[in-house]
Amino acid sequence: MPTLDDYKGQIPAWCPGCGNFGILKAFKEAFVELGIEPHEFTIVSGIGQSSKFPHYVRCNTFNGLHGRTLPVATGVRLANHEMLVLAVAGDGDCYGEGGNHLMHAIRRNISVKLFVHDNQIYGLTKGQASPTSMEGMVTKNQPFGVLSEQLNPMVMAIALDCSFVARGYAGDQEHLKGLIKEAVNHKGFSIVDILQPCVTFNNVNTYAWYGQRVYHIESDYNPEDRMKAFQKALEWGERIPIGIIYKNNRPTFEERVPVIKDTPLVSQSFGLNILRAITEEISREFY
Amino acid sequence: MVGQEVFLEYSIKIGGEAGQGIQTIGDTLARVFSRSGYHVFTHQDYESRIRGGHNFYQIRLSDKPAAASRDRIDILVALDRESILFHERELTDSGIAIYDSSTLNETHEKPQFLDIPFKELAIKSGGDRIMANTVATGAVLGMLGLDTEILFEILKDTLKKKGEDVLKANKKAAIAGHGFVIKNCLQCSFSIIPISKPKMLVGVNEAIGLGAIGSGCKFYSAYPMTPSTGIMLYIAGKAKEYGIIVEQAEDEIAAINMALGASFAGVRSMTGSSGGGFALMVEGLSLAAMTETPIVIALAQRPAPATGFPTRTEQADLLFALHAGHGEFPRVIFAPGTPEQALYLTNKAFDISQKYQIPVFILTDQYLADSQWTVEGIDLERLVYNDYRIRGDELKKLSEYKRHAFTENGISPFAVPGDSRHLVVTDSDEHDEEGHITEDGLIRMKMVNKRLFKKLPFIKGEISSPYLYGNSSPDIVITGWGSTYGVMKETVDALSKNEKIAMLHFSEVYPLSSIDKFDYLNILGRAKMTICVENNATGQFAQLIRAETGYEFHRRINRYDGRPFTLEEFLGELNAHIG
Repeated sequence: MPTLDDYKGQIPAWCPGCGNFGILKAFKEAFVELGIEPHEFTIVSGIGQSSKFPHYVRCNTFNGLHGRTLPVATGVRLANHEMLVLAVAGDGDCYGEGGNHLMHAIRRNISVKLFVHDNQIYGLTKGQASPTSMEGMVTKNQPFGVLSEQLNPMVMAIALDCSFVARGYAGDQEHLKGLIKEAVNHKGFSIVDILQPCVTFNNVNTYAWYGQRVYHIESDYNPEDRMKAFQKALEWGERIPIGIIYKNNRPTFEERVPVIKDTPLVSQSFGLNILRAITEEISREFY
Repeated sequence: MVGQEVFLEYSIKIGGEAGQGIQTIGDTLARVFSRSGYHVFTHQDYESRIRGGHNFYQIRLSDKPAAASRDRIDILVALDRESILFHERELTDSGIAIYDSSTLNETHEKPQFLDIPFKELAIKSGGDRIMANTVATGAVLGMLGLDTEILFEILKDTLKKKGEDVLKANKKAAIAGHGFVIKNCLQCSFSIIPISKPKMLVGVNEAIGLGAIGSGCKFYSAYPMTPSTGIMLYIAGKAKEYGIIVEQAEDEIAAINMALGASFAGVRSMTGSSGGGFALMVEGLSLAAMTETPIVIALAQRPAPATGFPTRTEQADLLFALHAGHGEFPRVIFAPGTPEQALYLTNKAFDISQKYQIPVFILTDQYLADSQWTVEGIDLERLVYNDYRIRGDELKKLSEYKRHAFTENGISPFAVPGDSRHLVVTDSDEHDEEGHITEDGLIRMKMVNKRLFKKLPFIKGEISSPYLYGNSSPDIVITGWGSTYGVMKETVDALSKNEKIAMLHFSEVYPLSSIDKFDYLNILGRAKMTICVENNATGQFAQLIRAETGYEFHRRINRYDGRPFTLEEFLGELNAHIG
């Protein structure tokens, strides 16, 4: 069984007090409790403060490009669907640059577990608005305040019938740990939007701001009721729900690809003899 | 001039609107000829539309290898008025145009025209109007004096799923067209018979698809774009049988990133597009380079900038492929000129990309993508497969593993994540040997040296010499790359009786092969006239040669109207240069 020591990665380069530390701690504890070893999963990340995450975890890692986390994760998962594949991205990364990929990853229902570190601001580029920044927020780059409507990723995911939709909070690690475990154990595409204070650049959505607003979704809430889920996901402002908002049992993409029904692509053997046999066989069709 | 010793040589053009079935007639006739043992070359010219417009399909058959289209035609199958309007002047002296006056609503009284009631004969044979195409196919065979036996075999294959009744009606329709011509085409003076065992007839997109499947490609992700789509369609058609995942991505950015994810996870992966789609992949190309993740990219060129001529041909993305991607990294560019080259080079692309963990391009164009050639057969001994990954027990035995370890030749050990307890880590940021982010300047320099300078001499050593065809110490050298192979080769054949002429064809265009293997610069340097032939406006290959070797061609011949070079036109232009 793995211990927390097995997950001791590089020393984080995040700002002191960053919400990412809470997420990292919850993640490691969740994985120790799940009994998953570092070599048994791959994290694909993008670019942004959140995307340094896999370096601090110790695991198979593909730290790719800004916005392109989900296509890479989809490729990894299709090549080897016996491997647990996680995607870690930020709000700018996943909802801005990579918005198109998110929509289609949800449609496919590829079994990738997506964790979005949502601090409602661009940290790495020093404080510009993100798609989830609240309307009116003033930054150096948005001197008249954010003019666009704040994106609600939870409502969007439910509209696309995403198979697992949850929201967590970096300041409530015990609760977040539970969500991470649920997401990993869910069959199908999972999105966990994690509210994360940026102590350096976001002066609006602070620990105190979130602390006053977040609440655990009631225990008698039924996350399989899609209409109720829309209502729950629309809550924002005075009260912000955290927990599993919506889930369903749609078949996964991998289950519906016939060629990997028995064996993952990566384990299907190949060699010079097979190459020559296949080439000869196919070329007969051209006569 | 051309064709002096040629015993048999015919060109057939089928013209009509999109949706009328010219491709069905063309593909069927081409297959009849290749099964009859003839050398066949076909090419297509079509507009960017699903219905209407004017398109044509041209077939050349010969008892000598055919590698390009001719300007003059012997049989014109006119399914629309434009076919006659545009192509009547291309008929040879003994050429004949066939048409159905009831469809075209016009009659031609000239002796070169034969009015055949395609539609009426189709309906009389118990079929519907669409079988007029089978009547036309039968008619062409009748004009050539070839019987319908091989056609029947082909119809049996292609109509397998449509049932016995459809097959029977089609056979009847073919006989009706065939019989009508035998009776009524008194001016038909063509004559062909089956001459040898069937030849293989294959297109370049199919050859690339076959090469990929045969090389162990397990993952192909792309977004449809003419003229590259044929590769994806071909592989998708074989996906189930050969265990391949073909995923139509939401865009080209996703396509290349998915392929890189699959490649990282341990399978051979490929993507393909045309210039506009590849423009979106450029960021991913750079990612492949930094993470040293192997990938094969098929880039089927078409005229640009922007949407350009979507269904026409150009060779204007060579320097784009060469310079695409931010930063400095090694790459290999192949540009096949025939289906055979496409097959073997696709196999080599996979091998080199895996061996050196680099991106490798297969550069084609619309002309190649929509052409078919006869091939004598595939030499299976020429195909290679080496698994360059450390897998299973071999990996487990290692005491430590670093994905980007510094090595003598720059090639780091390549493991499969999940195969052992060793972690496989890579990063688009500059990284250390383990794959973790670094800011260290010294490590950065060592990584650049590893990725680029250490690998480069080995990569260059893999590149084959250009193909010199014709005179071995020529006065005139015509040089080109990719799709101009056919027209240049036939030009050499046509002129070699009177001129000391040779073709220098590059199918492995970057890096250039070492002159230690074959000193092509010496050949060029000793020639009286060297001409670089390209289907683009600025002579991109000539620029590449000058940049890499300092050699400047005496002349250039460039065509950039979106159409391929044809033999007679090219000979005319060449004559203007060599006097």
